[in-house]
Amino acid sequence: MTTEVPSSSTEKYLEVQQSEEFGRLRHTIRSFVFPMTVAFFLWYVLYVILSAYARGFMSTKIVGNINVALVFGLLQFVSTFLIAWYYSRYAAQKIDPQADKIKSDLTRDGGGEA
Amino acid sequence: MEPHLFAAEADASGSRGLTITLFLIFVAITLAITIWASRQTKTATDFYAGGRQFSGFQNGMAIGGDYMSAASFLGIAGLIALFGYDGFLYSIGFLVAWLVALLLVAEYLRNSGRYTMADVLAFRMRQRPVRTAASVSTVVVSIFYLIAQMVGAGALVSLLLGIKPGATFLGMDADTAKVATIILVGALMIIYVTVGGMKGTTYVQIVKAFMLMTGALVMTILVLVHYKFNLSSLLGDAAAQSGKGDAFLEPGLRYGVESASASTTFYSKMDLISLGIALVLGTAGLPHILTRFYTVPTARIARKSVLWAIGIIGVFYLFTLALGFGAAALVGGKAITAQDKAGNTAAPQLAQRLGIDYLGGDTGGSILLAVIAAVAFATILAVVAGLTLASSSSVAHDFYANVMRRGQASERQEVGVARVAAFVIGAIAITLSIFAQSLNVAFLVALAFAVAASANLPTVLYSLFWKRFNTSGALWSIYGGLSVAVLLVFFSPVVSGSATAMFPGHDWHWFPLSNPGIISIPAGFFFGWLGTVLSKEDDTAKYAELEVRSLTGYGAH
Repeated sequence: MTTEVPSSSTEKYLEVQQSEEFGRLRHTIRSFVFPMTVAFFLWYVLYVILSAYARGFMSTKIVGNINVALVFGLLQFVSTFLIAWYYSRYAAQKIDPQADKIKSDLTRDGGGEA
Repeated sequence: MEPHLFAAEADASGSRGLTITLFLIFVAITLAITIWASRQTKTATDFYAGGRQFSGFQNGMAIGGDYMSAASFLGIAGLIALFGYDGFLYSIGFLVAWLVALLLVAEYLRNSGRYTMADVLAFRMRQRPVRTAASVSTVVVSIFYLIAQMVGAGALVSLLLGIKPGATFLGMDADTAKVATIILVGALMIIYVTVGGMKGTTYVQIVKAFMLMTGALVMTILVLVHYKFNLSSLLGDAAAQSGKGDAFLEPGLRYGVESASASTTFYSKMDLISLGIALVLGTAGLPHILTRFYTVPTARIARKSVLWAIGIIGVFYLFTLALGFGAAALVGGKAITAQDKAGNTAAPQLAQRLGIDYLGGDTGGSILLAVIAAVAFATILAVVAGLTLASSSSVAHDFYANVMRRGQASERQEVGVARVAAFVIGAIAITLSIFAQSLNVAFLVALAFAVAASANLPTVLYSLFWKRFNTSGALWSIYGGLSVAVLLVFFSPVVSGSATAMFPGHDWHWFPLSNPGIISIPAGFFFGWLGTVLSKEDDTAKYAELEVRSLTGYGAH
């Protein structure tokens, strides 16, 4: 079921990949997802490390029986929801239009989907 | 708190009949769905990917159904009920993990693959070796996870049905009942997968996710009503009833425990960090999660389904927080450990307590207990079906069709082999689980996550984002990450050399941590890099095609 890729189409892909337009799409994606991944990973690791080593700080009570550890944990939920929401907005506004443009150019030139 | 709670004979047998009835209704409904789905399953795409026709919400629910195992429902609620705050750590790792899937994996995998994880690797590399490697790691991860779930199911069913050693149930003693449960769970999962394929399995998962969310929501509301929506007084009561005081609300009762010995304390804390990292990085490498992204029409809907999944799973883990602290406060630590030392029955015990208090006395208690027990069974079934499907897909599509038959097999032959593979993998899982049932195999879930994070994740990420990556690198990262994770666990205290080990009477351990992630995940990434630079193979042209397709969705299946 594997589609044979003729060499002309290999060149087509190389050409697209090296185009300025595709470079911009790649940059739009990578400049968002890579730093964001590093950020949420470090934020999460910070939380785990504080749970392991900063017991006094984590046990500090804020209101009633609610302490820093619980708030920190709930903040991980909040940040996860926010990042997911923010990414979906960014992708819809910045990534999808560029991807659609390149895809539709390819489809027109290639006379249909590969 | 009444010490007889949940253990009371009359009560248990009353709700036992109801539990079994509800469970049979679930089985009947899911079997009907499976038969319906089998009529709709004609092509390989139907069998492996449910025809790629699911909506973002449906797939989001199914992801939740696939992911929220009995370990996370009963296990995390139990951990929170017994160890308080530390149980919460698990749910946070399990949730944050979805950002890796959302940002780096789901859409690109959907755009460039067809049915399995290996499709993405095979795109740019030499097919046969990388598909073989991916198939090996898929089957290994799935079998580990399956054994953990099925052994858990056996133990759980005896607990939930109140079958104690010495007592009999339908003429079976407790041990026979456990074996019978494992066989029943295995047989049902084989039927779901072989008959219903991805379509049937997905609907089973959707139904289960709906039941689980509803059950957890009802209990959460009752707990909150009991405390007049005052979180602080719920926590205060939980801490008081747990017998551990304020420490119950702080980290350190279960993970990263501080003891007199400096080295024990150090290793315990390293173990906590190692577990945390494996939880976050493992999810996006689990084969049964990766195959879910293929069941939707486009990458954009795959993104939407992950967004739904994050919402559903996040809310569910917030519920477990209420359930765990609620169980600690309303059932009490003593009554929970009296029922099960690991705390797995905390949620059902809480259900009974809430039913008695709010739904009309003993009858209400029996009903809510029965409902939650039936939800727990449904949960186990949906998860094992997803695992069996993912591993049999990889055996048929990767190993049989593309390695053995070099792409010459017909769709019909391929799907036929997938069905046989599901049967064989199911039979192997049943057999191993029966042998393993007296051993402590709870660590296998953490091991499955560690292997997924150490072998699969580096390979998938390098394939998608690193131009220079090649066949040699993929083989090094899969086999390297897999062997390091498995070997470290084999020589760790969870297999030998401790009271709670799989083989408590023996001691060959030298690796001090229970979770290998902190070593094996960097090792997997390192091996992938090393294997790549050691080989001269260069697939720049193929990578151009993969990159263009994965980022734009051009030519997606």
